[in-house]
Amino acid sequence: MIVRPSRLEQLRQELFSSRLNGLISIALIAFLVTAALGLAKWALFQAQWAVIRANSTLFALGRYPLEQQWRLWLLTALLALATGLSWGLLRAILRSGPPVTLWPRNDRWALAVLVLLSLWLPMALRLSLAIQMRWWGITLLLLVVRWALGRWGSAIPATARRLIPLIWPLLYLLGMVLISGGLGLVQVAPSEWGGLLLTLLMSSFAILLCFPLGILLALGRRSALPLLRWGSVLYIEFIRGAPLITLLFLGQNILGFLLPGGMAPDRVWRAAWVLTFFAAAYVAEAVRSGLAALPAGQLEAARSLGLPMPQALIHVVLPQALRVALPATVGQFISLLQDTTLLSLIGLLDLLGTARTVMANPAFLGQSAEVYLVLAVLFWCCCAALGLGSRALEERLNPHSRSSANLSPSQA
Amino acid sequence: MTSRAEDPPWWRNRRLLPWLVQGVAALVVAVVVAFLLSNLLINLTARGLLLSWSWLGNPAGFDISETLLPFDASLPYWRALLAGLVNTLRVVLAGLVGATVLGTLVGTASFSSNGLLKRLARIYVELIRNIPLLLQLVFWYFVVFLALPKGSAAIQLPGVVLAQSGLFLGSPELVNGVWRAPLSFTVEFGALLTGLVVYSAAFIAEVVRGGVASVARGQWEAASSLGFSSLQTLRRIVMPQALRVIVPGLNSQYISLAKNSSLAVACGYSDLYSVAETTLNQSGRAVEVVLILLGSYLVIDLLISALMNGLNGLVQLKER
Repeated sequence: MIVRPSRLEQLRQELFSSRLNGLISIALIAFLVTAALGLAKWALFQAQWAVIRANSTLFALGRYPLEQQWRLWLLTALLALATGLSWGLLRAILRSGPPVTLWPRNDRWALAVLVLLSLWLPMALRLSLAIQMRWWGITLLLLVVRWALGRWGSAIPATARRLIPLIWPLLYLLGMVLISGGLGLVQVAPSEWGGLLLTLLMSSFAILLCFPLGILLALGRRSALPLLRWGSVLYIEFIRGAPLITLLFLGQNILGFLLPGGMAPDRVWRAAWVLTFFAAAYVAEAVRSGLAALPAGQLEAARSLGLPMPQALIHVVLPQALRVALPATVGQFISLLQDTTLLSLIGLLDLLGTARTVMANPAFLGQSAEVYLVLAVLFWCCCAALGLGSRALEERLNPHSRSSANLSPSQA
Repeated sequence: MTSRAEDPPWWRNRRLLPWLVQGVAALVVAVVVAFLLSNLLINLTARGLLLSWSWLGNPAGFDISETLLPFDASLPYWRALLAGLVNTLRVVLAGLVGATVLGTLVGTASFSSNGLLKRLARIYVELIRNIPLLLQLVFWYFVVFLALPKGSAAIQLPGVVLAQSGLFLGSPELVNGVWRAPLSFTVEFGALLTGLVVYSAAFIAEVVRGGVASVARGQWEAASSLGFSSLQTLRRIVMPQALRVIVPGLNSQYISLAKNSSLAVACGYSDLYSVAETTLNQSGRAVEVVLILLGSYLVIDLLISALMNGLNGLVQLKER
């Protein structure tokens, strides 16, 4: 019989198993306590968070015209609706097996975080009561839809259920229209988008487009056709050999020369396309590793069953290869999200660019620590959430043992 | 035997079709490239900026704050770009050494028997990898290095002075409120180097961790039953085997570091990219400047790759 050591005994073994270990532990604890106390003292007494409060709209939206902001509120509400729908439906379907509670453990965590954030954040930013109430309303909408779908979602006929994922691409297109205008709405030029809005828009645009492009490039690189193969290799290696900033520089300064006068896109869209083409090369390498991991017999078996090449790729090869390539691909998406900060170096007002303009204001001199800290927390949460989501998806797609999964070093 | 009539139609001919597909793809690419190049030619001719390299000999007319090679505004553009390239190489070399040391330390720390150290190594990696490098660079520069005390208030240790104007080594002295020393580094260099080292070390730590994890457990156990200490086991038994996995991973991390050094402009360090940007603004020679930039980084990448492939050959298992 194995006797589990008590918590205290475990702690003693982990921290003080030998004299050297004890010394290291004590030094580390002293360092951690000092650092934590220093940070807490600074954050509570010295930091001037007014710079965040005064510029919260700027950080969120940039110079988006005030009278058009209702469009973004509408978009946020629609996003909350779609999230609630998908979330609730996902739970309702999963519940078809053994009875599970309406709010499983992970969902309860998400619920707590959501409620706390929607209560605390608008208050901490000292937003006006009307705006605070909007945030509460949007959160409530999300939770009510989630609850209703979780409870009665399994009653929805399967044919209708299959249509629900389609709301996401539709919502993306609708979001584009709401943000940029058209179809009877006033145009808002891309130069007026900024802050978090621009960062999210650029990264989602590039992520959505670089993925199919990357798959095509990876297939091209492994193709038996020499021209396609060499073309893909040339493209991928050219892009991977250059730093992103030089490519953005190329986009801003040379794209105008490459297209006939007036056809060159706006500065923001130029950067978006450069980001897309840049990320495609890296996604291609991630997908290639997935393709390489697949035994050649899979394609051969599919072909010998009489499937034409495109069908064999779509139905047999890609679903398996993409599952293997998922962690590396999401890793690339995460670095793409981080790379949007480079837009600030070519004069666009993404989150970091907005921060730099705020810092240039003499009224906020010497408060860069506060601003950069908030940005760091924001980016960290977004990237960590993407990473968590990828791991959850990986587990769902692969119910078999994944004991060897964490042995391979991740490439970013 | 087979008559012409039994041949498949041309659109199902297995030998013809691949070439047809490739021919069409090549044609499309060729047409697009020709279209872009013709536009480039028309637009450049219209502006009198046709590809030429003679402007590189004109005086640059701008100063570079910090160079290893002597430089002033009267020297030609190519000298400015060369000074920028040398600055890039300087920070890349220092960064490679620093990131390797720190990354190896953090990577091996995640195998420590000390639970706290192990967890701290994980936290370090997760914290650093999820924050954009550019944000970290501006943080190091504006929040940490520019907040250093000035003049006589500087942090002084025997033979070392750390002030807002830089790091001074080897008997520094204060002359008219300015620190002077035989060996000195600016804060711009310091911020960039710190940022690059801290960021790259997180990725290198993951490579090292993966490499060490790839060595079978039995190797550790066998070594310890032979009486090796855990440090000896790591150095003599595990690392030589782990290096076979680590070196290829390091290659791509080193290339990333070299490319990431192009963000120097965010902390005011005059690297190749920053000099090239100024050169473009002064001369208007967009195409040439971009070609120089892309070519230089390609050469640096290839150099690192060649060196690492050589190293890879050394650590791989010699099979007879």
